[in-house]
Order: sequence, then C-alpha cells, then structure tokens
Amino acid sequence: MNLSIILQHSLTGISLGGSYALIAIGYTLVYGILRLINFAHGDIFMMAGYFMIFSYSIFPWYIAILVTIVATIILGVVIEKSAYKPLRQSPKMSVMISAIGVSYLLQNLATYLFSALPREYPEIPGLKKIFHIGNIYASLVTFLTPVVTIVLVIFLLFLINKTKIGMSMRAVSKDYEAASLMGIKLNKTISFTFAIGSFLAAIGSILYFTDRMTVFPFSGSMPGLKCFVAAVFGGIGSIPGAVLGGFFLGIGETILIACGQSTFSDAFTFIVLIIMLLFKPTGLFGEKSIDKV
Amino acid sequence: MQLKNKNKIRNIILSIILILIVNGILSFLQVNKSDYYYIISIIQRSLVFAVIACSMNLVIGFTGLFSLGQAGFMAIGAYVTAIFTIPIERRPNVYYINGINDYLANIYIPWPIALILGGLVAALFAFLIGMPVLKLKSDYLAIATLGFAEILRAVIASPMMDRITNGSFGLKNIPGFSNIIELTIISAICILIMILLVNSSYGRDFKAIREDEIAAEAMGINIFKMKQLSFVISSFFAGVGGGMFAMFIRSIDSKTFQVSLTYDILLMVVLGGIGSFTGSILGSFLVTASKELLRFFDEPFLLFGKIEVSLFRPGFRMVIFSILLMVVVLFFRKGIIGGKEFSWDKIINFFIKPNHKKKDEESI
Repeated sequence: MNLSIILQHSLTGISLGGSYALIAIGYTLVYGILRLINFAHGDIFMMAGYFMIFSYSIFPWYIAILVTIVATIILGVVIEKSAYKPLRQSPKMSVMISAIGVSYLLQNLATYLFSALPREYPEIPGLKKIFHIGNIYASLVTFLTPVVTIVLVIFLLFLINKTKIGMSMRAVSKDYEAASLMGIKLNKTISFTFAIGSFLAAIGSILYFTDRMTVFPFSGSMPGLKCFVAAVFGGIGSIPGAVLGGFFLGIGETILIACGQSTFSDAFTFIVLIIMLLFKPTGLFGEKSIDKV
Repeated sequence: MQLKNKNKIRNIILSIILILIVNGILSFLQVNKSDYYYIISIIQRSLVFAVIACSMNLVIGFTGLFSLGQAGFMAIGAYVTAIFTIPIERRPNVYYINGINDYLANIYIPWPIALILGGLVAALFAFLIGMPVLKLKSDYLAIATLGFAEILRAVIASPMMDRITNGSFGLKNIPGFSNIIELTIISAICILIMILLVNSSYGRDFKAIREDEIAAEAMGINIFKMKQLSFVISSFFAGVGGGMFAMFIRSIDSKTFQVSLTYDILLMVVLGGIGSFTGSILGSFLVTASKELLRFFDEPFLLFGKIEVSLFRPGFRMVIFSILLMVVVLFFRKGIIGGKEFSWDKIINFFIKPNHKKKDEESI
C-alpha cells in the first residue's frame, strides 16, 4: 500500500466521518437534554433521504435541499411532541421503548410507502464531479463533507455558547427541574433541540447519500447506531466529542474495509463502544461540563 | 385454612382439566395435520416466541435491565442446534461450498440435548459479555447488548466461520419437530422454570433490583451477581428458544437474527405487559397470529368488489403493528393484562366478585 492509496482511503474516511459527525451531534444534543437515546434519529436521517428524492423530482436542487431540511425538522419535532413529550414523567424504559417504537414505525412506514427496494438518490449537479490532486481522486462531495461539518459545528458552538436559546439548552441539560423553575420554557427548548438535531441529520443525509447513491428503508438503522457510538466515544453531551467520534469511526471503518475486512466494519464500531465503556465510560470529553448541552 | 386448601385442590383440578383440553385440541390438530397445517404452524411459531418473549421479560420486566441482545443469543442457540442436528449424510449438501469442519463433521446430537447445549453456549456468552456490560447504566446497556448482537451476526457471517456456520450462506435441512405436542411440552417446561425462578427468593431479589437498585444493595443483595444470574438465565432460554426457532423454520442464516427480530420480541413483551409472563405468552400468540391473519392488509383490497382501496399494499400490516406498539406505549403502558399474572382465583373472583365482596364484609 503506497502513500497515495493511504491518502485516498483517509480522504474517504474523513468524508464518511463528517456525515457521521453531523448525525452524532443529533444524538448528543438529545441525550444531553432528555437523557434518552433517540433510537429514531437514524430513521429520521433515512427519511431525509426519501424527502430529498421526492422533492428533487419536483423542484430544482437548491429548493429541494431547503424542502428536505424543513420536512426533516418538522418530522423530528412532530416525533418529539407525539412520542416523547407524553412520557416526560414516566420511567426511562418506557421512553426508550417509545423511541424504539418510533424507529420501528418509521422503517415500516418507509417500506410501506416507498417499498423495500433501494431507490436511486438524486445527484445534485456538480457534487459528483471528480477532482484529482496528484494521484488522489475524489468527488467534490468528499472534499465538501468535512468542510460543511466543521462550519456547521462552529456555527452550532456559537449558537450554544453565545445565544439565549443556547443558554437555555445548557441550563436544561444541567438541571431539568431547576431550569424550568427559573422560567425556561422546557418544551420550547426541547423542541428546538430536536429541530437542530434533525437539521444536522438532513444535511448529513444529503452528504452521505450523495456518496452512497441509494436509499432504502433500513439504510438509517446502522449509521444511526454507529453515530450513537460515536457520540458515546466522544463523551455524550459534548459536541466536539461527537465530531471527533464521528471522524474516528468513519476513518476506522474505511481502513478496515481497505484492509479487506468489510464483514467486520460494522462490528468494529461496537467493539470500540464496549472497550470505551469499559475503560472510560464518560467518553473522551465527557467530564468537561462546559461543553455539555 | 380449610378454604385455602379447598381452593388449592380446585385450582389443581382446573389446571388439569385445562391441560387435558389443550392436549385434546393439539392431538386433534396433530391427527388432522394436513387439514390444519396453517393453524399448526401459527401455534408452533407462537410457542417458540412465547419462550423467547418470556426470557426477554425476565431481564427487562423482572430485573429492570434493558437488554436488546435477544436476537444474538437466539442466533447462538439456533446455530448450535442446527450444526449438531443436521443429519450427517445431508451435511455435504448444506456445506456445499466450503465443506464442514473436520471435528464437527461426524458429531450428531439428538435435538433435545442440542437445544440444551445451544442454551448453555448462549448462557456462556451471556456470562462473558455480562461481566463488562452489566456494569453499565440502562441506556448504555441497551446499546451495548444491541452492539453485541450485531458483532455476533458479523462473526457468524464472516469467511473465517465458513466451515462452521457456513458463512453467509446459512444452514438448511435442519430437522423439524415431528409433532406439535413435543414443542408444546418443551415451551411449557421452559416457561414453567422461568415462572418458578421468578417466584423464588432469586425472583424477589430481581424485583428488588428493578424497583430500586440502591435500596436493594443496602438490603444486602449482591446486585451484580443477581443481574448476572438473570441475564445468563434469560440468555439460556433465549438460546433454547433460538434452537426451537431454527427447528421451526428449518433454515437459518445470519440475516434471520437482525435487530428487527429483537424489536419484534420487544413488541410482544410490551404488548402483553412488561413484568408478566402471562402477558408475554399472550403477546406472542397475539402478535404471531395477527401477523398471519392480517395478511389481507398486504393484498389489494376491493371495496364492494370494485373500488380498489389504495391503502392496502405490501407493508401495511407492519405499519399497523408499529402504530399498535406506539398506542400501547403511549396510552396503555401496562400492556393488555396490566402486569398481572394468570391465576384461577382471580378468574373465579372476577366472575363471582359481587358475592365474594359481601361475604368478606360480613366476616369482618
């Protein structure tokens, strides 16, 4: 394996990691506030893929992207309002079962509405254009993904650390009840969190599926679980942690595939999870409460 | 005291009558196998899932451990049972690509022992995986067990296991149950053991951990040991159930044991009521039977023989199931029978309640 092949694979890995990072942030935000693994997040991501397919067939690409983002945000907020909000006071297990139920529902709904066969993902003009630097070939989307991820993360960190809504998100994640006693509108804050998570999932889905080219009803479940692991790896509640975790898993997986061990590329994620939970259950940045959301 | 004894004798008699009735119905079905093939297969599937649902309920409902690894343990049980029970002369047919491992090629084990062996191997895995994983908190535990099931699936399908599990080609020619009564007896024994366990002092420890871990620890219960015990026993029965499942469907591959299988079992447990074996059994029968009987949802439906209702398309059935699960989770949190267990006293009291109440009041 020479240098250019290694660089080629790392580029692919970084690109995959970028989309993982965007989804992982969605998990980390929701977990930070509700202490809940949003099992449906991966399926929201999958639905975003379908939204893009259908809106693209009607609108030009820039409006289609906008429609996809709006539809995904609405989906995320509706799920929160209908499936999680009624269970605020119930035991954690009920909420988790509810989350699994939503995931099950979205998968089955997608199978029913769009059939189980993979559908072709539309190509946004220019995104698949092949560039080459020296001996490394990659499409524009591969270069674009990490850039978009970094920009969005900086924007998100600004939002959380500097704005009022960000402050209330931090307050709710620190102490749920105290925050509501201080006059923070819990429901509004939680809905906003879901909206941000879904927004990032929509962007992540566009970048991810442009590379993968097809969407099917179960295409969200594996990336969803992996991104949760990414969030745990980086320390749940921490945004930089989630990004780092996303990149780590993306690169690790690509290296495994490059070494011809593609059967274990999925297993790799969970081995990372179990090792991480054994030695540092809080994740890389878990203890830093400043980053908590 | 006398009344109590009388009730006890009455309950035993009623149970025997019930068993005889069930036996009669099953024998009737068995004799007329060709006519009732469809019903028999539904009952068999339900019985298999009843064992697995009960095993899941043991960890989730009685010990409060949200473990989602059931499909993985089923896979272990299913593969062990399958590998040892496929008739030796048919093995070259099954492993037609890579051949079978030389050590395994000539070992044949009768299926009841193979089932137990499958359960034991699953339990061993549960013991090993439980050591690190059971120290985790609820949601980490869920994702770690889910991850474990996925790793296992990857291992089963990997080329390294080709000569043992036949890799991604799966195993076929697994001998099935010769009759339905066999299967019923095995499921009944498995479920009975779990019921006895829950009613023993171990069961009370499990429930104490479920209600309040810290309080349970303060009462002197060895939390980790009890969690481990519950997890291992549950996995044992999941393994046995997996073996039964393999014998029921006759051919398995790694895709059979996906995460969605765990979700299906969770649906049965939640629908029937978390923390109730009666509920799990009922849930598995209900879900399995309605999955089959509601197949018409997946076929084109003509209203008055003319207007085609476009709602009825493949997949509609599963949408209904998912909505049902959500309704149960959101509005009927205790499931259909509300966490209660079946008992003759309750049924009889239900019918003659008004009189009973009066008598009780008089006696006071």
